[in-house]
Amino acid sequence: MTTQIPPQTRQTQIKLDYQAAEYTSFMDRLKQWLFNGYASLFYLFLYAPIFVLVLYSFNKSRFPTYWTGFTLEWYKILFNDHLIGSALKNTLIVSISSTIIATIIGTMVSVGIERYRFRAKSAVDGLLFMPIIIPDIAMAIMLVVFYNLIHMDLGLYTIIISHIAFNISFVAIIVRARMASLSSTMEEAASDLYANEWNAFWRVTFPLLIPGILGGALFAFTLSLDDYVITNFTSGPGSTTLPIRIIGMTRRNITPEINALSTMMLLTAMLLVPLSLWLQRREDMS
Amino acid sequence: MGKPAVELVDVVKRFGDVVAVNDVSLKVEDGEFFSLLGPSGCGKTTSLRMIAGLETATEGDILLRGETMLGIPPFKRPVNTVFQNYALFPHLNVERNVSFGLEMKKIPKEEIETRVVEALEMVRMPDMAKRRPNQLSGGQQQRIALARALVNRPEVLLLDEPLGALDLKLRKAMQIELKQLQEQVGITFIYVTHDQEEALTMSDRIAVMHDGNVLQIGSPEEIYEQPINRFVAGFIGETNFLEGTVNQINGKTIDVSLDEHTIVKAHSNSSAHKGQKVGVAIRPEKISLASTGMIQGQILEIIYIGTDTRYIIRLKDDTSVTVREQNLNRIQSNKYQRGDEVGMNWDPAHALVLTE
Repeated sequence: MTTQIPPQTRQTQIKLDYQAAEYTSFMDRLKQWLFNGYASLFYLFLYAPIFVLVLYSFNKSRFPTYWTGFTLEWYKILFNDHLIGSALKNTLIVSISSTIIATIIGTMVSVGIERYRFRAKSAVDGLLFMPIIIPDIAMAIMLVVFYNLIHMDLGLYTIIISHIAFNISFVAIIVRARMASLSSTMEEAASDLYANEWNAFWRVTFPLLIPGILGGALFAFTLSLDDYVITNFTSGPGSTTLPIRIIGMTRRNITPEINALSTMMLLTAMLLVPLSLWLQRREDMS
Repeated sequence: MGKPAVELVDVVKRFGDVVAVNDVSLKVEDGEFFSLLGPSGCGKTTSLRMIAGLETATEGDILLRGETMLGIPPFKRPVNTVFQNYALFPHLNVERNVSFGLEMKKIPKEEIETRVVEALEMVRMPDMAKRRPNQLSGGQQQRIALARALVNRPEVLLLDEPLGALDLKLRKAMQIELKQLQEQVGITFIYVTHDQEEALTMSDRIAVMHDGNVLQIGSPEEIYEQPINRFVAGFIGETNFLEGTVNQINGKTIDVSLDEHTIVKAHSNSSAHKGQKVGVAIRPEKISLASTGMIQGQILEIIYIGTDTRYIIRLKDDTSVTVREQNLNRIQSNKYQRGDEVGMNWDPAHALVLTE
């Protein structure tokens, strides 16, 4: 038996439904509007300072208060600044060498922890996190005391060693995440197909780890590139890096030259982002 | 027949306190399709992994063609494995996956090329050489995993539930294909499965495992027709169990009394003696329905399944018995009605007395 709704009631029902629908659509639009507004403010807050920074690197005036006209003068000054040039060279030496060494050691550590059982494994595991947790300033002081103790003169080498010290942990954590997601059956399949441990690692494990290793290396490189605290403590005469140089310059005066330099660094970072995204996509594919 | 292809001698595997494989001994003959069948956790995969060398036996010996494999790492054993999840290398294309073992064995390049082509043709995937594993369907990955193992011409091929991830239809097709492939290449297959139907379909012999023990080894017919205990009878196919006491043993048949009024006849079992509590196991298709029979019951349910009709019949003591009748005639559905009193008969040769 079906219940018949009287036509009168049915009409009212439809009208009510219609009103309700109109009301919800209004609420939806309000929500959408609020959300869009909030998101715009959020991005404005994030990117407005960057925009201003870039804009004023092209400003004719020395002072960042007025816009007096477009110029590339500050970039010319920047590229002819020998102090900046040598600082950049030092930074690249430190970043590249510490990234390579930390990536090798960090990868070995994570493979060891993930694949082998040994005594004090949990202790090694815990200690690995320490450089991430300890404040930079404490680590910097520790390192300086250590170099003093072994009578090592501060310079580029001490900066490199310090950067390796903190970068190992970051690399190891990123590579380990990748390693953990790889099932051990890959290695078992390799050994079932006549690959000894050496071949199994280089033919199967390592290629599968590459996205993680490159991701870790990229992260280490960025950390090393703009480290100030630890570098400042462990640097010696003639080993000034870019972040130290920039802070030294701002102590005296903020000139548009610094804006230009920051813009250049920003550009570099923006080139690194698509690279890391591309690496991530490769990771998803496999 | 020479030395067995694979022999396990008193093999025990313990993981800490857990005994995964408990004193297993078995021989797999050359060229045989041998299945390890059992529910999950019965030790079948662990046994397979010990043959592959991926696990080390705690006790006992594993022999390949009479030579001990103890202490020999997996990459030096002349066996290959088809893994449950295929374990294809995602960073290599199909061709490189298949050639991996040959490259490791340092086979000359020209020979590798021809053998890879042959292997891909054998599994009917000749056009897939340049694809990556993630561009293949589950069934295709399965074939590549098979080609990757067979291309090495192993002494023994180990298969760990290789069809487990496929849908039913594909699985059925692959069962037949695998069996034909095995006959064609003549390589000994050791096949791990929890699917009794799969094991019955494909195997020359089956070892039924439970809780780390091998309960019975035999041909599919032996395992199905003469299960040695209740577990095997219940695990392989469907079985009715009637509980009773041995009343009389007369030659080839045993009378088992279910209660004071009911005595059923069953095939003799040398280990049964008078007065012993036993179970009588009868397959549903071995029982025929009539108005009167050895046992009586009431039809609880009639299920029409196309080829057969299944009757669930309740006995007086509330145990239910399943009877399967083939639908030979076109119209048969109104032969019995739900609630009818029926009798059940069987050839005593088909009823087994199980003491364990």
